[in-house]
Amino acid sequence: MEKIPILRMGEFLLVTIQVDMHDRLAMTLQEDLTTRINETGARGVLIDISSLEIVDSFIGRMLGNIAAMSRVLDAQTVVVGMQPAVAITLVELGMALPGVRTALNVDAGMALLKLSLNGHKASRHVSRR
Amino acid sequence: MSVVGSETIPIQSEPDMVTVRRRVREAAARTGLSLVDQTKLVTAASELARNTLIYGGGGTMQLETLNGPRLGVRLIFVDNGPGIPDIDLALRDGFTTGSGLGLGLSGSKRLVNEFEIDSKVGRGTRVAVTRWK
Repeated sequence: MEKIPILRMGEFLLVTIQVDMHDRLAMTLQEDLTTRINETGARGVLIDISSLEIVDSFIGRMLGNIAAMSRVLDAQTVVVGMQPAVAITLVELGMALPGVRTALNVDAGMALLKLSLNGHKASRHVSRR
Repeated sequence: MSVVGSETIPIQSEPDMVTVRRRVREAAARTGLSLVDQTKLVTAASELARNTLIYGGGGTMQLETLNGPRLGVRLIFVDNGPGIPDIDLALRDGFTTGSGLGLGLSGSKRLVNEFEIDSKVGRGTRVAVTRWK
């Protein structure tokens, strides 16, 4: 079966969506990602959607679900690389992706994940004292 | 209004939705729509094709290229499904009888220049949308 690869890089999982996703593929990615977070104890998920030519309500909902599920599993999700035309369309469609953190590109997304992870560690350290 | 090109694409399975999106993108680009307008039309097509498949039990999309007096692309989604009893309600943001977000009809209406819907309970639904250049 067709699958979207999930790469592990240290404490993070990286996903680059490069195919025109049909709905079942999106559902599979959602399940695979939560399984991998659980298996690896990953603290962050970076999803690169720069190759996606559209994000409709189904894919938008999937991104929201992934963000919510990973949060429950103590991991942060950042969606990066959304094309400007996609952003305009998504907002007009009525989806502003609430609860989904975004960054302009992979570098900015990684920086955001590292920052939130460090902040998390610092606050844990403080609470332990 | 003159139709210069017309083709009918079946919507019977999820892979058909991918075909719909690709064909609409090609037609929109050929007609000279801006990238943003292409993206809006393809997104609307994706929403409407999903409705045809899930709520209509499958159907077709007729893809028309228009050139006169204006250039544009028209998409007509037809199914022989259960129909929509209350169209005004179905067009409201957030209304759904399924498990989605209820943005399919209302959202796609915002993404196009013209939107027509005609539905008969027990007979089926026809949605026609047009995006002008």
